[in-house]
Amino acid sequence: MLQIKNLQAGIEDKPILKGINLTVNAGEVHAIMGPNGSGKSTLASVLAGRDGFDVTGGEALYNDNDLLDLATEERAREGVFLAFQYPVEIPGVNSAYFLRSAVNAIRKHRGEEEFDAMNFLKAVKVKMKELGLGEDFLKRPVNAGFSGGEKKRNEILQMTMLDPRLAILDETDSGLDIDALRIVADGVNRLRSDDNAQVVITHYQRLLDYIVPDFVHVLYDGCIIKSGDKSLALELEEKGYDWLIKEAA
Amino acid sequence: MSQVATTNPAFEPVEAFNKLEQNGAALMPLRKAGLARFSESNYPTLRDEDWRFTNVKPIAELPFRPTIDPLDRELGQEQLGNLIFGQLGTDRLVFVDGHFSAALSQIDDQPSGVTVTHLASGLAGLERELGGLSGGDDDPFVALNDAFFTDGALIQIGDAQRLAKPVHLLFVTTAGGDGEATHIRNWIVAGANSQGTIIESHLSLGQAASVTNVVTELRIGDGADIEHIKFQDQSNSAFHLASLYSELGRAAQYAFHSIALGARLSRNNLRMRMAQPGTECVLNGLYMLSGQQLADHHMIVEHAAPHCDSHEYFNGILDDRSRGVFHGRILVQPGAQKTDAKQTNKNLLLSDDATANTKPQLEIYADDVKCTHGATIGEMDDDAIFYLRARGLDTPTARRMLLHGFAGEIVERIRHDAVREELNALVLGRLETVHKLD
Repeated sequence: MLQIKNLQAGIEDKPILKGINLTVNAGEVHAIMGPNGSGKSTLASVLAGRDGFDVTGGEALYNDNDLLDLATEERAREGVFLAFQYPVEIPGVNSAYFLRSAVNAIRKHRGEEEFDAMNFLKAVKVKMKELGLGEDFLKRPVNAGFSGGEKKRNEILQMTMLDPRLAILDETDSGLDIDALRIVADGVNRLRSDDNAQVVITHYQRLLDYIVPDFVHVLYDGCIIKSGDKSLALELEEKGYDWLIKEAA
Repeated sequence: MSQVATTNPAFEPVEAFNKLEQNGAALMPLRKAGLARFSESNYPTLRDEDWRFTNVKPIAELPFRPTIDPLDRELGQEQLGNLIFGQLGTDRLVFVDGHFSAALSQIDDQPSGVTVTHLASGLAGLERELGGLSGGDDDPFVALNDAFFTDGALIQIGDAQRLAKPVHLLFVTTAGGDGEATHIRNWIVAGANSQGTIIESHLSLGQAASVTNVVTELRIGDGADIEHIKFQDQSNSAFHLASLYSELGRAAQYAFHSIALGARLSRNNLRMRMAQPGTECVLNGLYMLSGQQLADHHMIVEHAAPHCDSHEYFNGILDDRSRGVFHGRILVQPGAQKTDAKQTNKNLLLSDDATANTKPQLEIYADDVKCTHGATIGEMDDDAIFYLRARGLDTPTARRMLLHGFAGEIVERIRHDAVREELNALVLGRLETVHKLD
């Protein structure tokens, strides 16, 4: 589904990603861990198409097509979803209106019938209940004045509604208490299937107790310095990153 | 008097005053005092602190033509049919160039304790009260209004009465000649525990450089709850000046919404006096400008009693070479403890040549108060656009959604459902037609 080959990117002249190689197949969950400043969020941003990052080398293929050549919205319509580390507050834009527009943009692209207000409400209310979001949520402006936990649950709600093939979750666990973490993880787990994949970026092993990865990769200084199965995450929890960094040096 | 005569040799104040005197001799002291004050001050200039960013020189250069008499330009019901709020089922008072039109107005079904009429018909006894709230102001346009006002709305809602339906005050200028100046005076008294929605619209039919100059005095009794929506959509050659004086009684609630879309230059002086404890005042405004337009909101919110809340929210969308001006003074008098005053002014610049001037001014003489203010001037939020695009929306759709949201934030606060919906649709349409969204 996703093949990243020797991907190099940075901001202005500062290189951040220095040759990432990663293959994600359908049905897999990959965790990307690493200390602060290692390039985890840059990787997420580059894959989602955020402005301001220059790709200087390598490639990222999504279903065998050049992902980096697509506009941000085209990637979204093709099924790439980024759950933001810092979801953006959009005062004045009603959540229901926003979400229905997004869902319909994607349904239209897939050749599916667009939701009318009634069908949309029916579909979204089921998902909201699963995520513990009250009905007033739809009337509130997107993320405006939301608590940290509400913002993250909103990301998961959007993900659920947009039904992506490839979901990238950027530090979705940060700022969540254990109950919220469980709700968010349940949301991700419900989405898992043989035709989609998740890339979970996290600083802490904690989230991986709930979203169990097939592969764990350690990103350091713009490169993946170690890959393994879920036991690697436990090892990192216990020993920290220093031993790996020394090993890689 | 000499200055008015000098700058405008064609204008003869004595003759105008003779005509005005026929409408009410008891008003002549107010009128004469107004003219004397204006002769003394003349028009403000950029050197006046309160007019630093708003240049009224183009008004001073116009011929001086107060519309003391109706201009006799025929205007039929059909011309008003499609105008804003025409289908809301309101009571409607229509003024054409400052003169009441009985033929175009419709007033019915209000309860017996409610008076809805035009000022010239119901002046008896009010002559001494007019200016009671505005009299302390040295604003030159208020002085001109005192001198030359012709008519305006008179609304009195008795104690515990409620307007059966919203009252729509529709002020139309025919704008057939440069300098035609309409001076409108509104007098509104809401009794204790009364309720109502008042809508005020200002439109122009012609394209001449007309002047509209409004003074509104509004007394809101104890426990009353009044919503006041002002919609200004005059032509881009028009000049619009307005001063609103509101005094709030104990535990009164007042929401004032200003939607300023039109006029080459508009100025709204908002003077709120929270005279008794427990009042709540919301000032909520949206200005959307293009071309060379300027919109200025100049507020003084006076907390004169404890436990009062005031909230000011003003958003501006500024395109082309337009300018938005916001001046928000919050004055907390000694003893006005537990004041909660909030103020925000956000400006979205859609062009490199647009300008926003924003000036918060907190003056606090009590020690147990909460006052906050915030102002932003910027372009559209790139992070928000990226967020929307990452959800599958293309850039034009994302920009449209953000702009609509920015304007909608203000419109949303209008409590009257039908008014809010009509304005929401209108604002959205205006964003599409006037502002570059793609």
